[in-house]
Amino acid sequence: MSQPQNTENQSAQAVDEHRRNFIGTSAALATLTIAPGVMVYGLAHSKPADEPVSNKVRWGMLIDSSKCADGCTDCVTACFTENGISLPSTPPKETDSQWIRKVELKDMRTSRTQSLPVMCQHCEEPPCVDVCPTGASFKRADGIVLVDRHICIGCRYCMMACPYKARSFVHETLTDQNPDVPRGKGCVESCTMCVQRVDQGLNPACADACTKAGHQAILFGDLNDPNSEIAKRIASKATVQLRADLALNPGIRYEGF
Amino acid sequence: MMAWLASHRMWKWTAGIIAVLCLSIAYAASSSAPSVGPKIVIDKTRSGDHCVEDTAFMRKNHMKLLLHQRDETVHKGIRTTKYSLKNCISCHASTKDNRVIGDDEHFCQGCHTYAAVTLDCWECHANKARPAPAAIATTLPAPAAIATTLPAPAESVEGEKK
Repeated sequence: MSQPQNTENQSAQAVDEHRRNFIGTSAALATLTIAPGVMVYGLAHSKPADEPVSNKVRWGMLIDSSKCADGCTDCVTACFTENGISLPSTPPKETDSQWIRKVELKDMRTSRTQSLPVMCQHCEEPPCVDVCPTGASFKRADGIVLVDRHICIGCRYCMMACPYKARSFVHETLTDQNPDVPRGKGCVESCTMCVQRVDQGLNPACADACTKAGHQAILFGDLNDPNSEIAKRIASKATVQLRADLALNPGIRYEGF
Repeated sequence: MMAWLASHRMWKWTAGIIAVLCLSIAYAASSSAPSVGPKIVIDKTRSGDHCVEDTAFMRKNHMKLLLHQRDETVHKGIRTTKYSLKNCISCHASTKDNRVIGDDEHFCQGCHTYAAVTLDCWECHANKARPAPAAIATTLPAPAAIATTLPAPAESVEGEKK
């Protein structure tokens, strides 16, 4: 009689393990961040490892092009380092993977230039998902658009469908990938909003790098949470979505132009 | 009389066959017989005494666990470590070069070569353990702790199908 109870207790322990670790880590992190007076809201989005992502959250980014420094490529470098992408070859090859790129805009009448990063816009209605013949392109419940490389057959239809030219195809055999970011020849790939970091409660690498460089041009957060910094900024300031005429409702927004 | 002869002849044949069998077994035992199965080097100091499930269960079902985990992680963002590929590597990587493939002494490649099953995980996934083995050893839970928190293997497979 006592044995089934033991088994139940043991499985209960196994289930609670992730939650307990999560609470422990969060408490430790909170103590760490409160002490130097850093914002605590960044921790709000971490979840226990055994919990699936929820559609109550929609991740997004707000990019302020007026703060984005001309010639600075810290976000690009951070993205490539985090995701194990080799930096663009010199001279750049057309086959280099590009998850994020800096784009220079110039008003031809006034000669005013500005610079901003462009990556996968994580659309609410992603055309890449619409056209994918295998279901490899998909949108996670929390709004992050991804490629399931296990299912991708490398047809590149999504690359043609994407109006932002955000996707790349891996043309060559890769070795020594980042363990958290599997990549390989024959698959299409694009910005994952650093899903491996977001699931741990961290910000995407580009946003952190931009903050570290002192520009604070990239703000990451939950668009669905009215109390989040990003939702407040979007509600109070004029922001635009790229190619808003396509009505794809991207999760990446821009301000300053 | 004829019946006795027949059974006598049968006895001779049977004795002959037994003698030949004994000799061949004795020969096989005396010569250094090649052992059957893949020759994998497992360093217990790195891997500990227990896998995440029983060895027999893992041999038969590791691919099911990995397939299930991969979909949970990619599509739902569930990042538990118990059945993750990273967890496999952290214990099973070779102590020589920290990898699970390379030659037939490496954990994954050794078995898959023997079984002639194509192994394509490592075309995309990192086949090298990070961080260094010493750091992993310190973060591994004690084998006893793993054993107590394990659900019965049969239960977990049923749960997987639901």
